[in-house]
Amino acid sequence: MSVSALSTRGLDKSFGSLVVAKDIALDLPQGERYALIGPNGAGKTTLINLITGMLRPDKGQIFLGDKEITALKPDERVKCGLVRTFQINTLFPHLSALEAVTLAVCERRGYAGSWWQELPAYGDAVEEAYAILVSLRLGASCYRPTHELAYGQQRLLEIALALATQPKVLLLDEPAAGVPQSESAELFAVIANLSQDIAVLFIEHDMNVVFRFAHRIIVMVGGRILVQGTPQEIAADMRVREVYLGGAHHG
Amino acid sequence: MALSTVTEPQRYLAAQIRWQPIEIAFWLATLLPFVLTPNYLVLASHIAITALFALSLDLILGYAGIVSLGHAAYFGFGSYTAGLIAKWGWGEPLTGLVLAAAAAGALGYVTSFIIARFRHLALIMITLGLGLLLAEAANSASWLTGGADGLQGVRMWTLFGVFPFDLYGTTAYSYSLVVLFLAFLVARRLINSPFGLALRGIRENAIRMPAIGAPSPAHIRKVYTIAAVMAGIAGALLAQTTETVSLETLSFARSADVLVILILGGAGRLYGGIVGAIIYMVARDQFSGMNPQYWYFWIGTLLIAVVIFLPNGILGGMARLVRSERGRA
Amino acid sequence: MIASAFGVLFDGFAYGMLLFILSVGLSVTLGMMNFVNLAHCSFAMLGGFVTVTVTNELGWPFLASLPVAFLSAALVSVAFERVLYRRLYGASDLDQCLLTIGIVFVSVAVAAYIYGTIQQPLNLPPYLRGTVSILGQSFGAYRLFLIGISIAITVALVAALEYTRFGAQVRAAVDNQRMARGLGIDVDRVFAVTFALGSGLAGLGGALAIEIVGLDHAFAFTYLIYVLIVVAVGGLGSIAGSFVAASVLGISDMAGKYYFPELGAFLIYFVMVALLMWRPMGLFGRR
Repeated sequence: MSVSALSTRGLDKSFGSLVVAKDIALDLPQGERYALIGPNGAGKTTLINLITGMLRPDKGQIFLGDKEITALKPDERVKCGLVRTFQINTLFPHLSALEAVTLAVCERRGYAGSWWQELPAYGDAVEEAYAILVSLRLGASCYRPTHELAYGQQRLLEIALALATQPKVLLLDEPAAGVPQSESAELFAVIANLSQDIAVLFIEHDMNVVFRFAHRIIVMVGGRILVQGTPQEIAADMRVREVYLGGAHHG
Repeated sequence: MALSTVTEPQRYLAAQIRWQPIEIAFWLATLLPFVLTPNYLVLASHIAITALFALSLDLILGYAGIVSLGHAAYFGFGSYTAGLIAKWGWGEPLTGLVLAAAAAGALGYVTSFIIARFRHLALIMITLGLGLLLAEAANSASWLTGGADGLQGVRMWTLFGVFPFDLYGTTAYSYSLVVLFLAFLVARRLINSPFGLALRGIRENAIRMPAIGAPSPAHIRKVYTIAAVMAGIAGALLAQTTETVSLETLSFARSADVLVILILGGAGRLYGGIVGAIIYMVARDQFSGMNPQYWYFWIGTLLIAVVIFLPNGILGGMARLVRSERGRA
Repeated sequence: MIASAFGVLFDGFAYGMLLFILSVGLSVTLGMMNFVNLAHCSFAMLGGFVTVTVTNELGWPFLASLPVAFLSAALVSVAFERVLYRRLYGASDLDQCLLTIGIVFVSVAVAAYIYGTIQQPLNLPPYLRGTVSILGQSFGAYRLFLIGISIAITVALVAALEYTRFGAQVRAAVDNQRMARGLGIDVDRVFAVTFALGSGLAGLGGALAIEIVGLDHAFAFTYLIYVLIVVAVGGLGSIAGSFVAASVLGISDMAGKYYFPELGAFLIYFVMVALLMWRPMGLFGRR
């Protein structure tokens, strides 16, 4: 059995007496699509913050492949291939979409430190950025500043920025949050078409989406993992039903 | 697949950074004082020096988003270094300038490690504190700096062996203007490079930067050092063209003034510091007979007005005007 | 030697108490709304000048002028908050700095215009002048008075925070603004009242400062730096932090001036930078 793309062991985090993560152990194999679900306040985004290094755990270890990354800074983890998107759009308001994705590409290629050559000269980076935007159907509006884009387009840009770093493991924090039903189809087409080389863990509230895309579901409650399993197993699990008040899902 | 042609996105980006006709007109206009106002060349050289100082602040404030209340530390450090080199017998301007720039850059590099670690109020206070510390140290070390009397005995040699620094300011303004223009070219290059894009990324969303793999502290240290070098050059120019250095060059007043100037012109627009410097220094010269209290009253009012009505400074306001005209057309 | 050390401690503590009254309002409002109000000391200066005018021109006794100083500063601050500050609650740190620095410039110019640039004279009542002898040690009467008032104010503030409903709302708003709003607390009103109180205290501080450090047109600038140091070092939103930081600052400044006069203000700035680097959120700050 090959090494997981992403795994954690015994991850703990508390703020005083508030336990936000307790003994989190998960394994995300390469190319798999896992969903992380749970009620509000269960600690899902906190877990992503712990894995990406934005929060330091009290105890525990995090591995990317066979490399331990627990001590690495957030940007170093990205360089190793671990990337996340944000639940609330965390974009560059006055940069155009093209500039934003080009920036991410330049950082990856190591161009971002060079201050002598003008940006257009780095044709390969610009082209790569443009190609990513086109593949996410943002090619036509890529010249406009980010704050002028429609909300759904901004959510796509969130993903574009993540893809520009060529991730091995992608953590999507509620990728469709706030996107109206009419626009979410495009978003999910994008997610479905993500390369099989990338392992994806996504937080989601919409059970239709979860059952459609996830190979496996992890249920978190109160900072702990309640249960993990295939969608069928989770749908049948009594404890999960209790947690969700009889199986009804959030919109 | 190798791309031998320039594609549309590249062309778009190239168009963003092309030299605009108005820029060329502006730099040609900087030659006008030689012809139109030959009696004011000393003032013109001071404006050029202040513009260079404001440009250096723009790099860290307008582009990387670092609010500094102590940027005069590098200006004054460059000033005293250049002055001391001349005082101790080596009055050649260009080498003195390079040495002062290097010294200011070294100081900037060392302090950048502190600066890059903090944000918000702590950062503002630390920049303020470091500036005040240096000013106090210079005040106490009067054996070196001349203290409140300023540095005496600064004698500059001629520039290129031909041009003397005299009371008319011809050499002073030519020298300052050329240095300003060269520094401007460097700044322009920097802003339009991938590094410049990274700086704007830090300013736009500091949280997102590490999430795309950007080593923000390293970027900040780099731009801070470059800004310190530029500020040091400006300070050295002042020392060399006026053949004197005073404690004022390190003071909080100078840090605050340059901040006002940059905001007035518009931060993050490359020309904002230059425009602000021109307006501020010309106004101050015109009203120099005025009671200093009245000056601060009007500056204060202007500052309040700019923050409320013109948050992107004069250049920002003009840009908005142009955009709305275009929208109507 | 010990007597003089004790004297330095006493004078330093009194000075620290003055800084505390001047700073506590800024610390709490900064912690609550993250609004960088660099014009805080302009309100202090206003209180000082009101006291000067009221006692010299109108002949009121010093003690009676103190509440007037407090009230005038509080009322003027409310006007500023309504008209100017409100527009910038969501604005960047820089914009708030610049707006309030502008106000400082204007206030300094206005003060110079009305009162000139000289030190303002003040007539203290006889029972506040001279020294008082306690247990064989002589203490400045005014400084004793200052310490007494400061401690009374501290106790009142802490009691109000702990035991009144308004105090609970203030604590909630400082701790987590979004949550407080969610709980139905009118954070804007809490802030407005706290801001008025804080500015009023600053005005009181300005009035009390005249005898200790003097009052001139540049007061708003000169003491801004010390107040910012107290707030940054003590931690935003913390009364205890301001108290400790102000005491430490007051005593080290006095000690520095007494034992190392050549160093000047070097020591304070150095201590501030070092402390902030160790604890960027301040000694008692959170987040």
